Amino acid sequence: MRLIAENIEGRRGGEAVFFDIGFTLGEGDGLVVTGPNGAGKSTLLRVLAGLLPLAAGRMALEEGGEDFPSVASACHYLGPENAMKTALTVSENLGFWQAFFGRPHLSILEALEMVELETIGHLPFGYLSTGQRRRVSIAKLLVSHRPVWLLDEPTSGLDKRSETQFSELMRTHLLGGGMIVAATHLPLGLEGVQQLRMGGR
Amino acid sequence: MLALYLRDVRLGIRAGGGALTGVLFFLAVIATIPFGVGPDLNLLARIGPAILWIGALLASLLGLDRLFQADREDGSLDLLLLNHDRHLLAFTVFVKCLAHWTASVLPLVVAAPLLGLFMNMEPLGIGAAALTLLVGTPAITFIGAAGAAVAVALPRGGLLVSVLVLPLVIPVLIFGISASYGAVNYPNPFLQPFLILCALTLFLAVIGPVAAALALRSGAD
Repeated sequence: MRLIAENIEGRRGGEAVFFDIGFTLGEGDGLVVTGPNGAGKSTLLRVLAGLLPLAAGRMALEEGGEDFPSVASACHYLGPENAMKTALTVSENLGFWQAFFGRPHLSILEALEMVELETIGHLPFGYLSTGQRRRVSIAKLLVSHRPVWLLDEPTSGLDKRSETQFSELMRTHLLGGGMIVAATHLPLGLEGVQQLRMGGR
Repeated sequence: MLALYLRDVRLGIRAGGGALTGVLFFLAVIATIPFGVGPDLNLLARIGPAILWIGALLASLLGLDRLFQADREDGSLDLLLLNHDRHLLAFTVFVKCLAHWTASVLPLVVAAPLLGLFMNMEPLGIGAAALTLLVGTPAITFIGAAGAAVAVALPRGGLLVSVLVLPLVIPVLIFGISASYGAVNYPNPFLQPFLILCALTLFLAVIGPVAAALALRSGAD
């Protein structure tokens, strides 16, 4: 399976935010996107996820098979928001996303253990701290299988220990043949990954 | 899809969901009408079905703007859009509409017979009004979803949704009320307007979600 982007261009409000960006990711490859504010990192991720239209260029998921006919269908997207309902408990939230995403991977309890939150599954999501919310959101990546993880500032709000833990999860995902595209300002602790430096306007 | 339905119903019923708001608004509208028009029992009975329908219509418009906005604010909408290969987006919208109807509009239909007593309606008339509401209110939700999808990015989209949706639901209102009248006033027909009302609901059940899905896709930012 390969994720290919050639000369892609992304626009916001009719104005090109980035253009002529290209990369190829094979199984087990990661791509760390860096750059100053406004360089188009988040826009790039949203274009890859199909949430924003592709203005120019080509992107494709090759050899995805029947399971993953398009780029979007192979992606987990961890955006700036956590996509959890504050009125529901942590387990209910994760259970819903697992059922909606399909292709279950880890059970909810196992996923919560991975982020060391297995004791708070019964609490409403609204009671959690910022870092805990982020960790539940990371657990959401584990409950269903997707080969490509699109991560937008994944470590915002995390403490040092959780960051290390998250690096470990990402490494496991890459070792298992997954792909990661991460936009970040902070080092993610990944070795041997491609770098993409996006310039300012 | 069942999971989405259950989640949305649960959110609608739990604190802050706003399911009760509609019922209270409905109650407020119906309870004040007799004070406004005076204690003329015949007049109240005559305008009863119309008032019930107008009250239910306005009450069901109340929570519509939150249909997609809540999901957009917490980022869930992105993930619903992302999975459009697995779940057809129009169908996702359809399920969300059904859940919204169950949690927010069905209580109005249940409350309608009780409020019909306030309007001095006879049992048959109350039954007919409740039946037409049961069949007709889903149409309001389906077409309202299209309005809610257009206004999803606006922070105060509630008014815009009502203005967009109101002209489109007028036919539903007309046939709903004429069927309710037909049940109690002998020469007027009941079945014909009732069947048109059913047809409207089925028609809008397709058009509304498809239009909403288009609006959501093009409105993504």
